[in-house]
Amino acid sequence: MAGTRAERPKPFAHAMLVLIGVLFLMPFVWLLITSLKTDEEIFVVPVRWWPSELQWTNYVEAIQAIPFFLYTFNTVWIAALCVAGVAAIAPLVAYGFARIDFKGRNLLFLIMMSTLMLPFQVTMIPIYVSFNKVNLVDSYWPIVLSSWFGTGMAYYIFLMRQFFMGIPYELTESAKIDGASEFRIFAGIMLPLSKPAILTVGLFTFLGAWGDFQGPLIYLNDPDKWTLSIGLKQYIRENTVAWGQLMAASTLFTLPIVVLYFFVQKKFIEGISITGMK
Amino acid sequence: MTGNAIGIRKRERKRLLVGLCFISPWLIGLILFQLYPILSSFYYSMTNFNLFQPPEWVGFGNYAEMVRDEKVWLSLYNTLFMAVFGLFPHLAFALAIALLLNKNVRGQSVYRTIYFLPTLVPTVAATLLWMWLLNAQYGLINELLGRIGLPQPVWLLDPLWTKPSLIMMGFWGTGTTTIMYLAALQEVPKLYYEAAEIDGANAWHKFRHITLPAISPMTLFHVIMGLIGALQLFTQGYVFTEGNGQAMGGPENSLLFFAIYLYQTAFSFLKMGYASAMAWLLFLLVFLLTVVVFKTSARWVYYGGER
Repeated sequence: MAGTRAERPKPFAHAMLVLIGVLFLMPFVWLLITSLKTDEEIFVVPVRWWPSELQWTNYVEAIQAIPFFLYTFNTVWIAALCVAGVAAIAPLVAYGFARIDFKGRNLLFLIMMSTLMLPFQVTMIPIYVSFNKVNLVDSYWPIVLSSWFGTGMAYYIFLMRQFFMGIPYELTESAKIDGASEFRIFAGIMLPLSKPAILTVGLFTFLGAWGDFQGPLIYLNDPDKWTLSIGLKQYIRENTVAWGQLMAASTLFTLPIVVLYFFVQKKFIEGISITGMK
Repeated sequence: MTGNAIGIRKRERKRLLVGLCFISPWLIGLILFQLYPILSSFYYSMTNFNLFQPPEWVGFGNYAEMVRDEKVWLSLYNTLFMAVFGLFPHLAFALAIALLLNKNVRGQSVYRTIYFLPTLVPTVAATLLWMWLLNAQYGLINELLGRIGLPQPVWLLDPLWTKPSLIMMGFWGTGTTTIMYLAALQEVPKLYYEAAEIDGANAWHKFRHITLPAISPMTLFHVIMGLIGALQLFTQGYVFTEGNGQAMGGPENSLLFFAIYLYQTAFSFLKMGYASAMAWLLFLLVFLLTVVVFKTSARWVYYGGER
């Protein structure tokens, strides 16, 4: 597409994109500015744009006011477990749906796609009751197992299947003639080819688990087990909100995924287009 | 001949077995995390159940109570309001940005990153940040509105403005939709546009008769996923009210969404049976809306090769 037509300056498009871009970046800027202000400067009318002195102490206090590192560790741990399971299960199931022609496959696939319509709330209560019965409430298992086997998986399986469907059969046909098993073809040929797709699915899973609110809210009672999503509410006290600390903590909560995104951005965009998410 | 048939059947059986092995993790999930919960949710919806005592059968009692429950109707109204006035403006906005980006502007990847960045912010953090931006007295938004002489609503404290606040915040998070629209736009064959130009079509004609139909499958996808998502809206409403120290549901229950009321019913009031009945109403609603959208989509969705 690029280069088919002579590049013309497009002042209107650029002006709009810059304007909206500034509006989109503004909340981030405000997040950072607020996190570096003293309480006196936060509550000043009219708004003071730049803090008279950068208050890094907000960050120190934010980390000390709540068990910040513990919550970070908990969040990383849950997210890692979720990603590991999804990255292992989604390609396996997707290969079955994409490349093995067995009886009833299309019906099962249809069932899987219709589960995407199933609201979380319908299964939420029975699943909670079940986990309660086996004494797993207040552990990470309900959250992790739900991500491996719950409804959200259908979406990742679908994305991986789209990807596998697009791989030419010539690549696998000769291995099949040589008598390689389906699993060997999957592990030896398909998996190495699908790194960008797995990366995309993994990143989505990570983002979902990192920011998940409802799962930890329902299952985690013990404050020592909380994640960052749930822990942030500790800056909100009876009658006041510690805005400086809250914004500092929110920055620290968001920063890792922004950094992660910058590292995998190219592969991720590539993955979005090859998994047919377009 | 028979030997051959047996051989074919044997191979078929083996393929079935191998196929089922590959998809077995999903099958386990289907049974344990979907089929079984659906059936027990239906059973619970016919009972009074507080988690500690065994469920007590009440037949359709919960459903009858739901019809009389004003909060059910109010939360349904709030939820459908968000589904309609949240989803469609967001789609139009995402498409507008995608169209601008598709103009082959220089620095496209920089813009794309900026528009995508907000979707990376965890929902809770984003919601808390917007609570601060929307703070009536010290917030940035009212400061800017004041500078240009516009009225300064109290946003999250005024039942009239709570839902628009949420919709406004939603614009910030349309990055994924934008990128997906952009990918769809780049797939539209240039040939169509060139042919239309020869026929003297102007920009609007081209958008209306080529671009919109060509990306309509993507629009269908977003409408369906967006409706399902909107009907389950939870975190934003929950955090907005909790952060303001208000009762769940916000000023005059204007942010009491169906999923929030359901959560409250189940986990604060421990009325698991009643909440299950509510979940089934939600299920029915999602199902009906999806069917309606699909049925009407035949009229406005075009797939490549058709026409």
